Amino acid sequence: MSAEPLTHLRRLEAEAIFIMREVAAEFKNPVMMYSIGKDSSVMLHLAMKAFYPSKPPFPLLHIDTTWKFREMIQFRDDTVSRLGLTLLKHTNPDGLRDNVNPFDHGSNVYTNIMKTDALKQALTEHGFDAAFGGARRDEEKSRAKERIFSFRTQNHGWDPKNQRPELWNLYNARIKPGESIRVFPLSNWTELDIWQYILMENIPIVPLYLAKKRPVVQRGGQWIMVDDDRLPLLPGEEPQMKSVRFRTLGCYPLTAAVESEADTLEDIVAEMLTARTSERSGRLIDHDEAGSMEKKKREGYF
Amino acid sequence: MNALTAHKLDTKALVDYLASHEKKSLLRFLTCGSVDDGKSTLIGRLLYDTKLIFEDQLAGIERDSKKFGTVGEDIDLALLVDGLQAEREQGITIDVAYRFFTTDKRKFIVADTPGHEQYTRNMATGASNSDLAVILIDARKGILTQTRRHSFIVSLLGIKHVVLAVNKIDLVGYDQAVFDRIVADYKAFSAGFGFETLQAIPLSARYGDNVLEASQSMPWYDGPTLVEHLETVDIDSDVDSKPFRLQVQWVNRPDLNFRGFSGTIASGTVKPGDDIVVARSGKASKVARVVTMDGDLDYGRAGQAVTLTLEDEIDISRGDVIVPAEARPEVSDQFQAHLIWMNEDPLLPGRPYILKIGAKTVSATVTSIKHKIDVNSFNELAAKALPLNEVAVVNIMTQEPVAFDAYGDDPAMGSFIVIDRVSNLTLGAGMIDRGLRRATNVHWQALDVSKASRAGIKHQKPAVLWFTGLSGAGKSTIANLVEKRLLSMNHHTYLLDGDNVRHGLNKDLGFSAEDRVENIRRVAEVSRLMVDAGLVTLVSFISPFRAERQLARDLVAPGEFIEIHVATPLDVAEARDVKGLYKKARAGELKNFTGIDSPYEAPENAELVLDTTRFSSEELAGQIVTYMAEHGYLSFGPDYEI
Repeated sequence: MSAEPLTHLRRLEAEAIFIMREVAAEFKNPVMMYSIGKDSSVMLHLAMKAFYPSKPPFPLLHIDTTWKFREMIQFRDDTVSRLGLTLLKHTNPDGLRDNVNPFDHGSNVYTNIMKTDALKQALTEHGFDAAFGGARRDEEKSRAKERIFSFRTQNHGWDPKNQRPELWNLYNARIKPGESIRVFPLSNWTELDIWQYILMENIPIVPLYLAKKRPVVQRGGQWIMVDDDRLPLLPGEEPQMKSVRFRTLGCYPLTAAVESEADTLEDIVAEMLTARTSERSGRLIDHDEAGSMEKKKREGYF
Repeated sequence: MNALTAHKLDTKALVDYLASHEKKSLLRFLTCGSVDDGKSTLIGRLLYDTKLIFEDQLAGIERDSKKFGTVGEDIDLALLVDGLQAEREQGITIDVAYRFFTTDKRKFIVADTPGHEQYTRNMATGASNSDLAVILIDARKGILTQTRRHSFIVSLLGIKHVVLAVNKIDLVGYDQAVFDRIVADYKAFSAGFGFETLQAIPLSARYGDNVLEASQSMPWYDGPTLVEHLETVDIDSDVDSKPFRLQVQWVNRPDLNFRGFSGTIASGTVKPGDDIVVARSGKASKVARVVTMDGDLDYGRAGQAVTLTLEDEIDISRGDVIVPAEARPEVSDQFQAHLIWMNEDPLLPGRPYILKIGAKTVSATVTSIKHKIDVNSFNELAAKALPLNEVAVVNIMTQEPVAFDAYGDDPAMGSFIVIDRVSNLTLGAGMIDRGLRRATNVHWQALDVSKASRAGIKHQKPAVLWFTGLSGAGKSTIANLVEKRLLSMNHHTYLLDGDNVRHGLNKDLGFSAEDRVENIRRVAEVSRLMVDAGLVTLVSFISPFRAERQLARDLVAPGEFIEIHVATPLDVAEARDVKGLYKKARAGELKNFTGIDSPYEAPENAELVLDTTRFSSEELAGQIVTYMAEHGYLSFGPDYEI
């Protein structure tokens, strides 16, 4: 028998599995948010482990803004069919009707309607009492204080001053009808942990994370990929082919690429180790104003 | 533009690096200190020196330093860690925040907890998942009351490794004498706290002395820097060598051929062939497989999340604990614990709460507060209730026996949280000291004459009619009329009235919140006995608190409790004021009067709500008897069953 302590990745893995089993046991109708990104890929992999040989006893939910990269949708459908899971998709019908998009409405209004409102609609419609999210505490300052079991009111609101104290691994899962808990099993993972775990466990990820020549335009100092012909080109803008990759994936007009030659997982990790910018810098919505993420979370953003 | 230059490192170097990084262990620690001790600055310094601050975050801090900063023109490192907007504007941290950094040897998770209001609650939260505590002291101020408080809480939560970080040493001229005096003072009062390692380090978070790099200004100090110590301190508490414990979280049943028990190994190891028992039932079997998605394990060890299958089909469900036959935990419904209270509403002995212990959720009451502990002086004080942020030694009784070990032996088996039955808030956190008696010694007497047989000869289904409502609402008047009618129908009844009981059984109780809880608890227990005797029991009590009425409801079987809300509005009851009590209460002569200066929590799911403004007492009594007849309480015949 080995006396070596468990490595930090194995401890993080066991913690996430523990959290998922608690949710499966304590809630009537949980769901796992599936955003197709690397964190979702890790979360899903951990869910497969947590309940093996059973399948995870809850469906996946994807909030489809209709502005995701095409490769993400392809990857989503492949993953769900490979693992034999149930996927629920939801798009805000009001936003779809009004053709809400990031260009005409701005990133704030767009995010509110197509992500936050859409999410609330889906949670309410299905009556989910717990929803897993892949958020990590190292991503952003207001996330650093987030609980693992984060209580939400009947209106899906988050009050950072009124969260339940969380001691040991004794998560309080008790709620009244209509209330819900957002659960973050990857809270204690860092971006580097995610990549190392993907490498170690050989977890499939969307190819957009790997560098490849892709059509991009430069906008506001960042590279935006021209994923389809819905991206209105500004005067003088000409898409150019550049070797780029994405550190984080969201809606393509709101997610900036970085120039990179890293086309293997090992290269990505190596690049991470020398990176000098945080991954959310590629997320245009975080830059709106100080405390912008805290505001979005109070309104029900994941 | 974040153009990254792709560093195509040579493959072997990278593979080696990753291999070494994957082997890193994890150290979780918390930092304790007050607002001015420089705690946030120290964490900011750790993140900065270990290169965990990215350029865009740094740009954000430079911008914010001008707006909120407290250190003039320098970058205020504390702003890195003071997360939420409201906190930044107040210049203080108000909750627990988690930070991450890594060195070549270890990965670290830091729980940053504030040192002012809510300190006990937040510190306990941060400490509950920490292996080590960094206690900050301002070198100019030395040991303060708060240092004693922080150390006490750290010790209470069972942390064995402490770093005494004597900060702002630059402001006392890097003086060794100051440092030595502080260390000596600290050792003097913390000797009984059970710390296995205590490392004192003189440092300056602001300038980085002895944080990552050894200070050039303190040649007299030859100990490790803070990071060196955190990287090397041996925190393995030998959980593998303790007895095996697995708290079953989830029964894994994909098909009829597989039945597994999923959970994380709290301590010890397990392998196929081991003899195990279920702690509570004592049912025995052998381990068949230790299942994971990566293949069956030859043996499972503490910290691993596994699924066990057994050789025999025995009854196991969530909350059960699988243990070795030869090293079992205690199983009892009474134990002594240290309890930290975390809610504005004080803990009241006798009030029913929910306990979550491991994967087990159980109803429980605190039967007595043995004493409070003053977290500043460590003195033991008598107490009837436990307010927010205070710590006490208590006796707890659970509704059914639970399996546990002392917290000091096995934190996963000896920790619990206390949850409010109505609001669902987490109210407190506890650490079990020891069991008070073995539940196996207190079997209920199995009686030949049963409740059913007693009720049968009375041709009725026994029940509690619980009348609740404001003083002067008409509870006793209506209850009396109901009892008269039932008696005239040859039913067997008894009426427990608030005033009458207070003259006898409860004459030692006053009207404080604690005494009200105890008052109701006794009445609830008496009514349970009366129901057991087969009687229709009428209870007429203001009983203002939902939790106590729930307690009374839980004491009897489902369907045996009929909650009747005599819903007279306050202004009507006060206008009647039959006993002149409202007048006295308004005049301040009566304290804690329900509806005036003490709350009434109206029932949410009462079986009956009586509108005294529309119906006479006679009519309302009729409604109750009709309800009882319609719901089968007054059925006749010898074949009555419960």
